[in-house]
Amino acid sequence: MVSRFDDMFDNSGEIRQYNLRISKKVMFGVICIALALVALGLEICLGKAGIGFIESYTIIWDHITGNIPTDPAGIQKDEIVWNLRIPRALGAFFIGMTLAVCGAAMQSIMKNPLADPYTTGISSGAGFGAILAIALGFCLVPGISGYNATVINAFAFSLLPTLAIVLISRYKRATSTTMILTGLGVMYTFSAMTSLLMLVADPEDHKTAYVWNIGTVGAITWDNIIYITAAAVVAVIFMQIMAKKINILAMSDADAAALGLDAGKVRVHILIVTALTVAMAVSFTGSIGFVGLLAPHVARIFVGSDNRYLIPASAAFGGMLLLYSDCLAKSVGVTGVPVGVVTAAVGGPLFLYVLFRHRKKIWSRGNAH
Amino acid sequence: MRIKIDDMEFGYSSVPVLNDIVLDLDGPQFVSIIGPNGVGKSTLIHCMNKVLKPTGGTVMINGADIGGMPLKEVAKIVGYVPYTSTDSFPLSVVDTVLMGRSPHNGWRPDDRDLNIVYNILKMLSIDDLAMRPFNELSAGQHQKVMLARGLAQDPQILLLDEPTSNLDIRHQLEVTGILKELSRAHDLLVVMISHDINIAAKFSDKMVLMKEGTIFSVGTPAEVVTESNIRDVYGVECEVIDSDGSPHVILKMPVGWEKGILPGGRAKE
Repeated sequence: MVSRFDDMFDNSGEIRQYNLRISKKVMFGVICIALALVALGLEICLGKAGIGFIESYTIIWDHITGNIPTDPAGIQKDEIVWNLRIPRALGAFFIGMTLAVCGAAMQSIMKNPLADPYTTGISSGAGFGAILAIALGFCLVPGISGYNATVINAFAFSLLPTLAIVLISRYKRATSTTMILTGLGVMYTFSAMTSLLMLVADPEDHKTAYVWNIGTVGAITWDNIIYITAAAVVAVIFMQIMAKKINILAMSDADAAALGLDAGKVRVHILIVTALTVAMAVSFTGSIGFVGLLAPHVARIFVGSDNRYLIPASAAFGGMLLLYSDCLAKSVGVTGVPVGVVTAAVGGPLFLYVLFRHRKKIWSRGNAH
Repeated sequence: MRIKIDDMEFGYSSVPVLNDIVLDLDGPQFVSIIGPNGVGKSTLIHCMNKVLKPTGGTVMINGADIGGMPLKEVAKIVGYVPYTSTDSFPLSVVDTVLMGRSPHNGWRPDDRDLNIVYNILKMLSIDDLAMRPFNELSAGQHQKVMLARGLAQDPQILLLDEPTSNLDIRHQLEVTGILKELSRAHDLLVVMISHDINIAAKFSDKMVLMKEGTIFSVGTPAEVVTESNIRDVYGVECEVIDSDGSPHVILKMPVGWEKGILPGGRAKE
């Protein structure tokens, strides 16, 4: 449709300049991906197998090109790299990606810089599902036990809070406040039940449940990486397509309606995709904290708050962040620690730094008039 | 372009806000809605672009009942400039205005949208602000950016909720003057809520005076802004004089002020 404002001035210079700024934003993502490739080598060489940093890339290259060594040591190294380290590295990268992208979307649609993928209670639901399996041996799907039971329960229960919000939004307007408060209510309920089960669990189960709640990527294998990858791909593509609408949702709901957007409906759609993809990712690893909160804020400093660029930038940075966190987690102590400890330990102070250093760029409030 | 409202009413869960609204605005012109606080002025314009759904009656835009139109279709015809806009995560001015293109473009804006945005920024002489963060602007600049966003919707009808509140007198005159010129130069039906009766009367082609959820008077500024109307609606005594062909209100005192406003009467000297 022709606009009355189509032909007035020559704006080619301004448009070129605008597009140039976009390419600078794209550079941030490219740098993150490049750094993630470095982290891949680190992730592989860290550990007891004695594989060198450069050697790790050689082993990957040899495997891809079909030049798998024939000597026993070579075969062993190839197996360690290909069956243990690579799935773990990919898993960490994709989970970081999912958490960061959903975190960025949640912050905008909730109009709240404290929002993260777990704001609506996903992690508390997953935690309760996991302890049901770990402490009581109960699984929603009969006949399944052990790790798989934990995964299935965690996935199912982590969807319950979002289900509650979606149901409530049918009767009450789905404002961001309604959603945050519902999430809080559900979170306390699940936490109480989880605490109760933790009290009665025997010490060994107690430790397993505890590690699960912190979050660890140690259990990622080729068997489950397909789900984790699928979650990341769906999250990134969906949020990127919705980016323009997410920008509008960061304003008032009346504003959104005036621009032709039903804010309540779009918010619920984004919430559902967040719940499904985050639940899918963390049910294999436990609720890894801080990545979904921190990554979008760091990305914001470099690319600004326009979700069209913030979403992909958060994805790249979040993936990279969790990968480096896991490298660090592996090298702490003799046996390493769950990655959730590192993301919290590094993420907390980093978050404070970001907050004080760049407060203005990240968040503003009450600037109306 | 035409807004035709018939027997419309609106209420928030049984509390009536608007009653018996009948209004017909036809063709490009500059219309202002005036009236005391809480009479439903904002509610009325929110019913014109489906931000709120009337509880009775119809709102027709260009002959079509907006009750049956998708929000996005309404947004292509009716632009909106809000009273306040909280931008939690501030964007640049260009990106803020670019959001106005939203009803027209697909999943992301392209160079043509960008071209339209820059044209509007230049037309309003705010292209120097293009890359500034939205939250760092002054009230006057802020208001012009929101006006630019409303224009970026490329509407036939532009609704504005108190676009001149919080502006100094120079900016009030400037923004209102721009709106009047836009209605002429770009065939726009501009509907603005205003609290400044004199500035509204100076520029408006038509004025709508509201009282307690109903339309009290509609007509030219001279027909609407009269001493008796101001007394009946606002409860204020005034003198209306002619200023270059427009009515101009000189305020006196609230009706009944002689007895004092605090209960118990005026304090003794």
